[in-house]
Amino acid sequence: MAAPVSHMLTANRLKDGDVLYWKSGGWVLRLAEGDVFAEEKAAEAALASAQADVTGNKVVAPYLFEVRLENGVIRPVKEREIIRAAGPTIRPDTGKQAAASPAMAGEVPVAALADAKGGGGRNA
Amino acid sequence: MTKLLKGGAFAADAFAPVADDAPLPDGGAVVSLSRFEKERENLLARNAPLGVRLKSDENPMRLGDDVHRLSLVVLEFPKFRDGRAFSWARMLRTRFGFKGEIRAVGDFLYDQINYQHRVGFDAWEVPDDFKLEDFARALTEMTNVYQPSTDGKKTIRELRAAR
Amino acid sequence: MPEPNMYRYDEFDAQFVAERVAQFRGQVARRLTGELTEDQFKPLRLMNGLYLQLHAYMLRIAVPYGTLSSRQMRKLAHIARQYDRGFGHFTTRQNLQFNWIRLVDVPDILSELASVEMHCIQTSGNCVRNITADQFAGATPEEIEDPRPLAEIIRQWSSLHPEFVFLARKFKIAVGAAAHDRAALQWHDMAVQVVKNQAGRAGYKVTAGGGMGRTPYIAHVMREFVERADILAYLEAVLRVYNQDSRRDNIHKQRIKILINTIGVEEMRRRVDIEFDEIKRAGTLQLPQAELDRITAYFAAPKFETLPDAMPKGDADFEAWKKTNIHRHKAPGHAIATISLKAIGQVPGDASADQMDAIAELMDEYSLGEIRVTHEQNLVLPHVRQRDLPTIFARLKAIDLATPNAGLITDIIACPGLDYCDLANARSIPIAQSIARKFADLDRQHDIGELKIKISGCINACGHHHAGHIGILGVDKKGVEFYQLQLGGSGAEDASIGDILGPAFGEHEIADAVERVVTVYLKERNAGERFLDTYRRLGMAPFKAAAYQEKAAA
Repeated sequence: MAAPVSHMLTANRLKDGDVLYWKSGGWVLRLAEGDVFAEEKAAEAALASAQADVTGNKVVAPYLFEVRLENGVIRPVKEREIIRAAGPTIRPDTGKQAAASPAMAGEVPVAALADAKGGGGRNA
Repeated sequence: MTKLLKGGAFAADAFAPVADDAPLPDGGAVVSLSRFEKERENLLARNAPLGVRLKSDENPMRLGDDVHRLSLVVLEFPKFRDGRAFSWARMLRTRFGFKGEIRAVGDFLYDQINYQHRVGFDAWEVPDDFKLEDFARALTEMTNVYQPSTDGKKTIRELRAAR
Repeated sequence: MPEPNMYRYDEFDAQFVAERVAQFRGQVARRLTGELTEDQFKPLRLMNGLYLQLHAYMLRIAVPYGTLSSRQMRKLAHIARQYDRGFGHFTTRQNLQFNWIRLVDVPDILSELASVEMHCIQTSGNCVRNITADQFAGATPEEIEDPRPLAEIIRQWSSLHPEFVFLARKFKIAVGAAAHDRAALQWHDMAVQVVKNQAGRAGYKVTAGGGMGRTPYIAHVMREFVERADILAYLEAVLRVYNQDSRRDNIHKQRIKILINTIGVEEMRRRVDIEFDEIKRAGTLQLPQAELDRITAYFAAPKFETLPDAMPKGDADFEAWKKTNIHRHKAPGHAIATISLKAIGQVPGDASADQMDAIAELMDEYSLGEIRVTHEQNLVLPHVRQRDLPTIFARLKAIDLATPNAGLITDIIACPGLDYCDLANARSIPIAQSIARKFADLDRQHDIGELKIKISGCINACGHHHAGHIGILGVDKKGVEFYQLQLGGSGAEDASIGDILGPAFGEHEIADAVERVVTVYLKERNAGERFLDTYRRLGMAPFKAAAYQEKAAA
């Protein structure tokens, strides 16, 4: 039986289009570092908080997507999100999957929002 | 709220919008096309300027020659993506030779003003914080045009021939 | 560096593009401060070819009627290196796309493009898009005349046309001048074909209402013969009726193909004629012969060397390449050379910056500085000397661009698909690669002959799957990628819509299904029949049976 579905929050950075994942009131580049919301309410709350970054012209098009814990790793349910997190499957030398990319450095999150973090399950 | 931009300046609106079931005021009035079609005789008999407001799916052909008895045609942009009014304005100016005011209202972008101006709009209902210099800039950002339009502006082809 | 005979900007064109760049620079600045919301900015950036895709912004650069100079090719290579990941993708509308663009760099990129007479104007958005044309224009002996001067005239007339920048949907126009249609005219929203009337006078046949997507249609003839002087008036009349009368309530029903097929072509013609008569009477859009001549002069045939027809011979590799990638040129001793961007296992249509620079060298040395982009995602050197072909082949081989498969089963069109595209349901490139690997054997490819496979990753059909002899559509079934097979489509003058075979195949089944379908063709074909011909003769039944037999036999 499949593991229960959790959610994560993603968006694109306005100025360069980079794919971002919500973490503690801010954004990181790597899906593995992003917040995982086991509760829908927490997910919705994060999405609502993210609107401030939309009106603040930092990100565009934030949305929630489904993830599952599989073999101890958080993995998106949809193929599209797997590809979006890693990069084009046919060019492993491009995108975030390219290990040497400086873009993998990630970002320092701004001050955490009190209720942004969901329940556990991420670092099982 | 909004204000009226006309003749390159903010202007008072000489026309009162009138709902379909409301009594007509004494002065300038704008009614919907459906009201105009229902009460045409009375509306045209009024001794006051008359305007008709067209929805984006209302073809000015429905006004026919009556358009020459109007002082104003208001063309709606329900969403800026709905570009039908560009053709309606062109039709009013070119096919009908309409000389009255053609006013753009609704959801249109600042960046559409130049195109609207070219096809015959000469008045815009703009947000209260709209700046006049933005209007001037809209009309001058692109100096030249490739195709003829209602504005009679010389095309690049004509400028080439003239040099 | 040789300058090809193509349109060159004068001061007006240069100013137009420069002002457009400044305008967009201002719009980007207003977006970053929030003066423009994303909703307001989106149509503006789309009309400068800028999409937000799966990984980053994607910038689509206009290549009018697929014609590029070596100077322009070098600039594209530079942009690929400076602003992207070192490669670009040639598209099914003869344009070029970069996949890893940053919004803040776009004004500078547009400036760089402007310096070589290029731009991204109207490569997206609900407006008239890039005007495409036969990639062999000006080189083939088949054409009545070079269609590109008319394409250039249409390009200028449609650039920021104030009435038609907020159409109901995108509007794609193609131009042709040969009986053999290499530009898929009948699949376009509108197309113009140069024709001759009974008296032998050249004019234009106009078709409209073709289109791919959710509901594919082949175009209808709007007018068999439009006089040269009237052509812009006629095109404007069609666009006016479309802008006025198209639905605006359902995005899936807003292409002109829907309008024409709803009201019928007779009624469409009637409405267009009303506008056409009015525009003609006004006289402002008449196209004087002097203007047509003036633009035509830019595309004048180069002074070809006087050479005898003497096709060189070479080793087996060279001979194989000659067989598929070389076409007859109107000047004796010359040839048209297709550069396949479909190396087995590579990404269809992609070229690296290094390859682009190497191609620019070849353009200068062997093709009078000129190249064409085809809507099948290949490149064409239009004016090469036959005696240079062995050297050209060797140089192409050195940069992995000598695949001898033009028009063969491994010359596959594939959209970027779910690997890149925000709209996609499934990946298309890996499917193209798996099919290409399966059929890599060259002898087998030649035995199969002409077979056009086209793959789309979603119903928007950017891979033109409806026009594939074998068409493949990627779909999403409960989060898993599946592939629907269509047979019998064509994008040539014998245009037809492919027939859906049946239930979709899984990612690991589709290449085998294609192989079973091809096997039927090999078994049943008559002498001289292409796959498409055999399919049309036999109908779907034997192909369908074979395609699904493994599932049944399992």
